[in-house]
Amino acid sequence: MSEKSKTSANFSSIPVIALLGLLSLPLVVMYAYLILDTVTNSEPGSLVPNQFTLEHWKFLWETRSGKSSIWLVTLNTFIFTCCITGVILLVSSMAGYVLSRLNVPARGFFLAGVMVLHAFPSVTLIISIFIVLQYIGLYNSLIGVILVKAAIDMPLGIWLMKGFYDTVPWEIEMAGIVDGASRFTVWRRLVLPQIKPAIMALGLFSFLTGWSEFILPQVLAPGSQVQVLSVYLASLIADDNNFDFATFKAVGVFYVIPVLILYVFFQKYLMNIYGGGTKG
Amino acid sequence: MRILLDKFSKSFGTTSVIEDMNLEVGSGEMLALLGPSGCGKSTTLFAICGIHRPTSGRILFGDKDVTNLPSQERNVGVVFQSYALYPHMTVEENIGFPLTVRRVTAAEIKKQVAAIAALVHIDNLLDRKPSQLSGGQQQRVALARALIRRPDVLLLDEPLANLDAKLRLEMRSEIRRLQKETGITAILVTHDQVEAMSMCDRIAIMKSGEIVQIATPSQMYQDPRTAFVAGFLGNPPISFLKGKAAQGAFVSTDGKLQMTLPALSGIADGTVLTLGIRPEHFGTAGDIPVEGRIAFAETQGRENLYDVLLPDGSVLRSIQPVRDDVKLGDQVRWGIDSRSAFVFAENGQRL
Repeated sequence: MSEKSKTSANFSSIPVIALLGLLSLPLVVMYAYLILDTVTNSEPGSLVPNQFTLEHWKFLWETRSGKSSIWLVTLNTFIFTCCITGVILLVSSMAGYVLSRLNVPARGFFLAGVMVLHAFPSVTLIISIFIVLQYIGLYNSLIGVILVKAAIDMPLGIWLMKGFYDTVPWEIEMAGIVDGASRFTVWRRLVLPQIKPAIMALGLFSFLTGWSEFILPQVLAPGSQVQVLSVYLASLIADDNNFDFATFKAVGVFYVIPVLILYVFFQKYLMNIYGGGTKG
Repeated sequence: MRILLDKFSKSFGTTSVIEDMNLEVGSGEMLALLGPSGCGKSTTLFAICGIHRPTSGRILFGDKDVTNLPSQERNVGVVFQSYALYPHMTVEENIGFPLTVRRVTAAEIKKQVAAIAALVHIDNLLDRKPSQLSGGQQQRVALARALIRRPDVLLLDEPLANLDAKLRLEMRSEIRRLQKETGITAILVTHDQVEAMSMCDRIAIMKSGEIVQIATPSQMYQDPRTAFVAGFLGNPPISFLKGKAAQGAFVSTDGKLQMTLPALSGIADGTVLTLGIRPEHFGTAGDIPVEGRIAFAETQGRENLYDVLLPDGSVLRSIQPVRDDVKLGDQVRWGIDSRSAFVFAENGQRL
C-alpha cells in the first residue's frame, strides 16, 4: 500500500475532483446546516441565519423535566460501548486463534456456525431475547444489553480474527514452542503482537457499531437510568409536547463528535481491516 | 549428547512418511540429513524437536527417552529455514526469549545475551528489529537464540537456503565454528550436497523416508552404496552409461565401449548394468579411450566443464584444468579412469 497516490502526469485529476465535488455538494450543505442550525436562529422560511444563540445547547447544563441528564446518558453510552468493545476483543482474539490454529474437535462445525450466525439477521431474535432477559432479570439493565450486543457482533469479530491469525507464519509458533514457551505464552507474547493492527481495527469497528447501536438498547434497556445517546435522541423526536428541532440537531452533533474524532485519528487502522498481515 | 532414533516411524493420516528409521548421532557430532525435497528429512527434524509426535518408535537424548515429552521440556535449539525471528522484538529480546519464558532474572538474561551475541558477532546490533537486519545477520540472531540456553541438540533446517552465495560460504564455516566451539550435537537438514559435505562429520542420505547410506563425506563420495547416492553427491554430478555385463566386463549398449572391472567377476552375462563416471575421472589421462563430440563447454575460471556426446546418445561429463584447444562441436578421444568407475546393478545397488 502506497502512502500517497502520485498524481499521474498523463491525466488531469481536476475533472474528477470537480465531478465528485458537485455530487457530494448536497451532503456538504446538509452537514453545514446541521452544525449551523445548532448555534443560530433564523426567520421562519429563511435559510439565512440572523441570530447567534447557544440556547439549543442548553441540554448540556440543564436537565429537562422528564428527561435524564445528558451526562448520565453519555456515561451510559461510554460504558455500553467500551464494554462491548472489550468483550468482543477478548473473546474474538481467543476464539479466532483457536479456530485458526488449534486442532479442536468439531472445528469445521464451529467455523460454519460462526458464519451462519454472522449472516443471521439479529433483529428477528429480539422478541426471544427480550423474554430471556426479562426471565433472568437483566431486562432494563446495561449488562443485559451489553451481553446481547456483544454476542451479536461476535461472529464477525471471530471470523475476522481467524483470517488475520491465518496469515501469521507457523514457524514463529514453532520457534516459540521450541524456545520453551507454553501455547498460551506463544499466543500472548508472540502471535498477538503480529496482529496488533487487526486488534486495533476490530476494536475501533466494535466501538463505532456499539456507539451507533439503537434497536437493542431501545427495546431491551429503555429506562431513563440506563438510556444511551441514541435512545435519548429518539426520545427527543418522539416527544410531541416540546418539539424542538434545533435541540435535536444539537444533540445529534454532540452524539457524532466522538465518532468524528475516532475517524480523524484512526482511519489508518480502520483501513487495516481490509489489508493486514505481518510486517517486520 | 548422543541422539538415538529407534525404529522411528511417522505418518500423517494414511500417508506414511518415514518407516522404521534407525539413526544414531554421536555426542558432539554434526550430522547432515541430506536428500531431495519430500524425502522426510524435515519430518525427522521436527520429530526430534518435538513438534511432530512419532507414530511409533522411540527418540532418545543420551539415555533419556524423550518420545512423549513435549517440545518445551526437550532441551533443543532450532534454526528454521525462514529464521522465524519474532518481528516485534528487538534482537536482544529475540535472543533472550528462551530465558525470559524460563523466568531467568533480567540481569542474568542481559549478561548471557551479551555473551552469546559476542560469540556470533552481532553484539553491535542488539537494539535493532529483525527487519533492520540483513539475511546473514538474521541468521546469526537465529543461531544465538537457538544456542543461548545451551541445548542438548542444535537442529538446523536448511539454514543457508535463504542466503546469497557469498554469505552462504561465510555462514557455512561460521556455523561449523560455533558447533565446534560449543561442542554441541547438531543435525543439519539440507538438500545441498556441498553444505552437507563441507559442514558435517557424517552424512545420512535419505530417499523416500529411508536412510540409504550413512558415512563420512569422503567415504560416501568415494564409496557410494547406490546409484542414487553417487548421483546426489558431487558437483558437477556423475554421469551414467547404460550397458550389459559380458565376461567380467561392462559393455555399452552399442558395444563400442568395453571395460573390464574386478567388481563384475561372477556376474552373469547379459545383466543390465549402469556405469557411473565422475567428471574428474574422464579426461586426457584415463586408460579406456572413448570417442565423442563436445556438446557443451563451460568455463568456471580455474576449470572447464565439458559434456561429451557419445555415438550412442549418452553423455559423459569431464572436468579439466582450463584449456583453449577444445571447442564446442570438436571430436575428441578422451579416456575413462577404469579404477575409479562405479558399476551399479539394475536396481541401483553398487556391485
